[in-house]
Amino acid sequence: MPHTDSTHHDDQIGHIVPVKFLVLICALLLFLTAVTVWVSRYDFTEINIAEMGIITALFVATVKATIVGLYFMHLRWDRPFIGFIFVGSILFVVLFICIALTDSLAYQPTIIKGDTPKVTEAMDLLKH
Amino acid sequence: MTTTSTTTPQVFDNYLNHTKGIRSWLFTLDHKRIGVMYLICVLSAFLLAGIFAMMIRFQLLTPEGTFMTQDQYNQAFTVHGAIMVFLVIIPAVPAALGNFVLPIMLGAKDVAFPKLNLFSWWLWVFGLIFFLIALGVGGIDTGWTFYTPYSIDKASSMGGVIPALIGTFILGFSSIFTGMNFIVTIHRLRPKGMTWFRMPLFLWATYATAIIQVLATPVIGITLLLLVIERTVGIGIFDPAMGGDPVLYQHFFWFYSHPAVYIMILPAMGVVSELIAVHSHRHIFGYKFIAYSSIAIAMFGFLVWGHHMFTSGQSPLMNVIFSIITFSVSIPSAVKIFNWLATLYKGSISLNTPMIYGLSFIFIFSIGGLTGLHLATLATDVHLHDSYFVVAHFHYVMMGSALIGFLGGIHHWWPKMIGKMYNENWGRISAILVFIGFNVAFFSQFMMGSKGMPRRYATYTEMPEFQIYHIWSTAGSTILALGFVICAVYLLHSVFKGKRAPANPWGGRSLEWQCSSPPPWDNFAEQPEVGDCYDFSVLEWNETEQGYDWRKDVAHPGE
Repeated sequence: MPHTDSTHHDDQIGHIVPVKFLVLICALLLFLTAVTVWVSRYDFTEINIAEMGIITALFVATVKATIVGLYFMHLRWDRPFIGFIFVGSILFVVLFICIALTDSLAYQPTIIKGDTPKVTEAMDLLKH
Repeated sequence: MTTTSTTTPQVFDNYLNHTKGIRSWLFTLDHKRIGVMYLICVLSAFLLAGIFAMMIRFQLLTPEGTFMTQDQYNQAFTVHGAIMVFLVIIPAVPAALGNFVLPIMLGAKDVAFPKLNLFSWWLWVFGLIFFLIALGVGGIDTGWTFYTPYSIDKASSMGGVIPALIGTFILGFSSIFTGMNFIVTIHRLRPKGMTWFRMPLFLWATYATAIIQVLATPVIGITLLLLVIERTVGIGIFDPAMGGDPVLYQHFFWFYSHPAVYIMILPAMGVVSELIAVHSHRHIFGYKFIAYSSIAIAMFGFLVWGHHMFTSGQSPLMNVIFSIITFSVSIPSAVKIFNWLATLYKGSISLNTPMIYGLSFIFIFSIGGLTGLHLATLATDVHLHDSYFVVAHFHYVMMGSALIGFLGGIHHWWPKMIGKMYNENWGRISAILVFIGFNVAFFSQFMMGSKGMPRRYATYTEMPEFQIYHIWSTAGSTILALGFVICAVYLLHSVFKGKRAPANPWGGRSLEWQCSSPPPWDNFAEQPEVGDCYDFSVLEWNETEQGYDWRKDVAHPGE
């Protein structure tokens, strides 16, 4: 049977990564965390790019996630198909977020804010 | 061949009698027992939700309402909807029938992760417990969608919202684990010779369903968790009174819940592919098209969630995009229908109970699918939204199609599961009653919905002209309930008094028909040889066994 076959188990053994290498990756991740903290202290409004802080933080976070995926999750040594599934899942999330946010951006001007007297009055009426 | 009907003794070691005692069932790792436990649980939940459905129908017999207050009515339709969706239809075919059949169809001894499989079942039980707690601590009246801001407002909505949300969250994990298990099982445990395009179509459908379960269900988990946090801690996420965005909740909710419709319908379509081919004894027409259409439906299903939100304040641009994409889903659905019809053409059709359910599915799903196009059209949806037209449409798809497919599957594999035959005449009577009852109950809802009867109204004193439709609908529901009761009686009767089932009572070619009924503990002593699972010309009727056997003049695959 497939799952009792000894050859079936042999191909389950993954790539073994030396501990030293993993420690090195861990140190790199800590260093990148320090970079994020360091960047957050700067006020980029002085160079007229107020969003620079968040852009840098997101870029560093993306690099960190890629390193984790490649080395800690072994995608670097796994079959390309697994990487395809991983990237496909991320694209899937991106698709959802993009559509939801595009829509949200479009209807924002039509929203009556919750703390306006009209809404508060309606809510009070509902509660009583 | 591992086991043939001619060598099967009267009492033999099988999965039902291999070990004894309640613990041997509750903590079993055997996929067949887990499948049977799912079946019992799902059918029990179906009974509970069905009682609430009948309460709703009898309440609406008169415009003033017959016996429920408005609050009680709100609870009744919420509990009916939530139980039917989360506890019955979503796990029905994949978890109950899939667990039983999938590994045997693959010629495997079990699923890839048997312990995870058992854990899935236990999660389902815990999910049910939380739903019962929700009923005990004040009930839920939000509708099964838990729409914000109502579900967040503690003053208005009932106290059972949080337990119900936690229950749904847990059930989501059960669904994800089942999906993961099936994906890995199909990838890793296919026997030698079973390439992707030699798999039975039920496996293709289960595979497509599993992809949706794994990709979409985490989104509902996170959404409901955010709702719990918002309701308990008061962080503004979806409530506009706290700076939140209720339309965003709908995006999150439907991003899961629309694909969830395909979690319900796709495996049922897989069942129907088996029923139509086996019971018309004819090679399935357009195998690859049916297989690819399952994947196409799964993919398209992720891109159409916004059609539930046409009247929510969603932007006009998104409305148009979602409307267009929604129309495209009808293409792979129609591909399946045409291929089933082509399979039936010139087939040697046996009109037995599973086939009647299969044919019912085609009829009902065609109506359910086509009326979906009315709702995908922006101009008509604005008028039909929140009317009984919508209620009828989703019942035609979720109940009339998904559940009828489930019932067809139960009848098709019942002899394999239990090892006993049910009474075929009563089976046919019941299936016809279900078909008639369903159409009377819900076609009248199409009519009243198109004339403007709104959904979720406990009374309709200002609109007495709709009473006649409600009477028809209630009458249909009663016929439907009668059909289900008859079905329950003869199936239970067959467990104790049924005739012994042969290994292959219908003439199926997929691997589950090659092991005894009920299957042995390990399914197959040795890996079975795989052939074309829709080539029925190699089988012949064995009068002594009252089942099908391999033709003596035809060699087995691999020989």
